[in-house]
Amino acid sequence: MSMQLEESLTTDGEVISNYTINFGPQHPAAHGVLRMVMELDGEIVERIDPHVGLLHRGTEKLIEHKTYLQALPYFDRLDYCSPLAQEHSYVLAIEKLLNLEVPERGQYLRVLFAELTRICNHMLNIGAHVMDVGAMTPNLWVFDLREDCLNFFERASGARMHSAWFRPGGVHQDVPLKLLTDIGDWVDTRLPELFGDAMSLVMDNRIFKQRNVDIAHVSKEDAIAWGFSGPMIRAAGIPWDLRKSQPYDVYDRMEFDIPVGTNSDCYDRFMVRVKEVYESAKIIKQCLAEMPEGPICSDDRKVSPPKRGEMKQSMEALIHHFKLYTEGFHVPAGEVYVATESPKGEFGVYLVSDGSNKPYRCKIRPTAFSHLQAMDMMSKGHMLPDATAILGAIDVVFGECDR
Amino acid sequence: MTVLHSAPRYASNDGVKDTLAKAIGASLISADEAHGEIVLTVSRDSIEDVLRMLRDDHSYQQLMEIAGVDFPERAERFEVVYMLLSLTKNHRVTVKVSTDENNAVPTVTTLWPNAGWLEREVFDLYGVLFDGNTDLRRILTDYGFEGHPFRKDFPLTGYTELRYSEEEKRVVYEPVELAQDLRQFDFMSPWEGAEYVLPGDEKADTPPVDEPKTTESPKQTGAGKKADKKAAKPSGGDA
Repeated sequence: MSMQLEESLTTDGEVISNYTINFGPQHPAAHGVLRMVMELDGEIVERIDPHVGLLHRGTEKLIEHKTYLQALPYFDRLDYCSPLAQEHSYVLAIEKLLNLEVPERGQYLRVLFAELTRICNHMLNIGAHVMDVGAMTPNLWVFDLREDCLNFFERASGARMHSAWFRPGGVHQDVPLKLLTDIGDWVDTRLPELFGDAMSLVMDNRIFKQRNVDIAHVSKEDAIAWGFSGPMIRAAGIPWDLRKSQPYDVYDRMEFDIPVGTNSDCYDRFMVRVKEVYESAKIIKQCLAEMPEGPICSDDRKVSPPKRGEMKQSMEALIHHFKLYTEGFHVPAGEVYVATESPKGEFGVYLVSDGSNKPYRCKIRPTAFSHLQAMDMMSKGHMLPDATAILGAIDVVFGECDR
Repeated sequence: MTVLHSAPRYASNDGVKDTLAKAIGASLISADEAHGEIVLTVSRDSIEDVLRMLRDDHSYQQLMEIAGVDFPERAERFEVVYMLLSLTKNHRVTVKVSTDENNAVPTVTTLWPNAGWLEREVFDLYGVLFDGNTDLRRILTDYGFEGHPFRKDFPLTGYTELRYSEEEKRVVYEPVELAQDLRQFDFMSPWEGAEYVLPGDEKADTPPVDEPKTTESPKQTGAGKKADKKAAKPSGGDA
C-alpha cells in the first residue's frame, strides 16, 4: 500500500499521512451496497478500491438450474430500476437461438415498454443524482413520474416492478386500448410539464453546475478502452447507441436522435440522460401511432403457450400448455451473445445452449461492471464529496452489478 | 437460413471469418459461424497477441465481456470467452480459449484496463488463473470464501450458510442444512433420454418365453362366455 508521508506547512512541521476510509457498504449515496476503500490525502481522493459483490446472489448459477421460461423473472431482479430492459436482452437471445419470428405488434409493444422503462430508470437516476449533490425538490417531482410509469407497468403486466412480461416470441398479454391512450396522454402532457419543471430547477442551477461540471472528465480514448457504453460513452462525445447502430425489434423504424456530450463530465452524463427522456418520449409516440393490430406473441405452440380459451376446446392446446409449463421448450445447441441498449448501457446476455430445456450457461454482462471499475481512474485527484456525484452519474444498481 | 428473429442486427459477417482466420494464422484452432455470430477458437498462449492484433489491425476497439464456461467432461474443462465490439465497423466477434485448473491464461489487462475485473470474476467463479494479472483477488463472493461456485460440480446450495447469532452478537457461518430437499425436477421427456426408467419399462427387458402367446382362436383370448342376448339389447324408454 502506498502510504505517503509529507511535511505540511500548515501543521507546524508535523508529519501527516494519507488515511483510508470506508465509503459504504451502508451509505445513502452508494446507491445500494457498495463498499469503497478510499485512500485520502486530506480531502483529495488518491485511490479508490471498490468492493462489489455484496449483493451477489448467484443468479447465473440459478438460471442454469431453471428452464428458459423460469429463468426469465430473474432478469427483472437484476437491475430492478429497469426490469423490462433486461428481459429484452434475454428474450432476444432465446429468439436468436430458436430463430423465432415475433409478430409486429409484439415488437412494437416491446419497444414501447422498453422506452417507458428507460424513462422510468432515468427518473430514478436523475432524481438520485441531484439529491446526491444536494437538491431535494426535483427528486420528489420526478419520482411522481416514475410512479406513473410503474402504474403503466402494473396495468400491462399486473406487477409494478417485476413485470416478467416479455416472453420468447413476444409479450405475455395484450394491453387494453385505454392503457395506450393513457400513455399517449401522459407523454403529451404530464411528462413534459412536470419533467421540464423539475429540470428547470437544476439544469442551470449554479450549485448543481459547481458540483458536476468538469468532474470526472474521461477522454474518448479512455471511454473506449474502459469498455464504457450507454450514456457514459455518449457523454464522451461518441454517438454510439445500440438502438441505432444494431437495431433490434422495430427500432430501425423509429426516428430519434442520439444526444452526445461535449465535455465528458458528470454534468454531460446527466444532460445526456435528460435529453434521452425526450427522445424516448418521441419513440413512444411513434409506437403508439404506428402500432398495428394483430397477435402479440408468436403462434409457434412449441415455444409460446396457447390462449386460455383455446385450451378449454382443444386437446392439443392443453397438451402444449402442459408441456410448456412443466418441461419447457428446448433450444437448439449453440451460443449467442445478444446485447441491447439498456438505460444504463450495453446489457448483454451470453447464452450457451446444449439443446436441453435449461440454459447450459447464461452469462450476464452488467453495464455497471466496466463503469464502476473506472471509478478509481475517474475520481483520482477529486474531492471526497465529488465521489458521490461521480457515482450518481455512473447510474449504478447493485442488483445488476453483483448479479 | 433466413433470419426470422428480431435480435440486434449488426454489420454483415460476409468474408469476416476468412479474413480474421487468415490474420490469426497458426494460432487459430477453429473458426465457426453459427446463429449469425463468428466464434474464433485460438490457442491459449496466443490470446494476448490475437486480441492485440484484432484491436489494432482490425479495429475491434472494445472488450465488452469475458465469460467463463465449465465443461467438466472435457480434458481442458474451462472455456474463457472474450466478446469484442468494433465501434467503427459496427461488428462483434467472439474469441475463445480453453484451459484447466492449473494452466494460466495470459492476461489481457495489458490491452484493456477493464479486463482486470472481468478476469477477476472468471477467477473467482471458475478458478481460472490469469498470468500477469497483478490483482487477482476474489470479486463477487464473500470475503474468505472457499471454492469456485460456478463450476458445474459445485452444488447450487453451496456448503456454508450464515446467520446472525443473538448469543454471540455476530454473524456466524454454519454448514448448510436444508429444511426440505432441494427440488430439482427432471423435466426431460422420457422419450428423449431421461436418466430414470419409466415405471413398467423394466418389463420390456424380460427374456422371451418358451411358448409365445397366440390368440388364433377365441378361446385363447381369455374371454368368458358370450353375454346374455337380453342384456345386450338397448333399454327401451328413458326409465
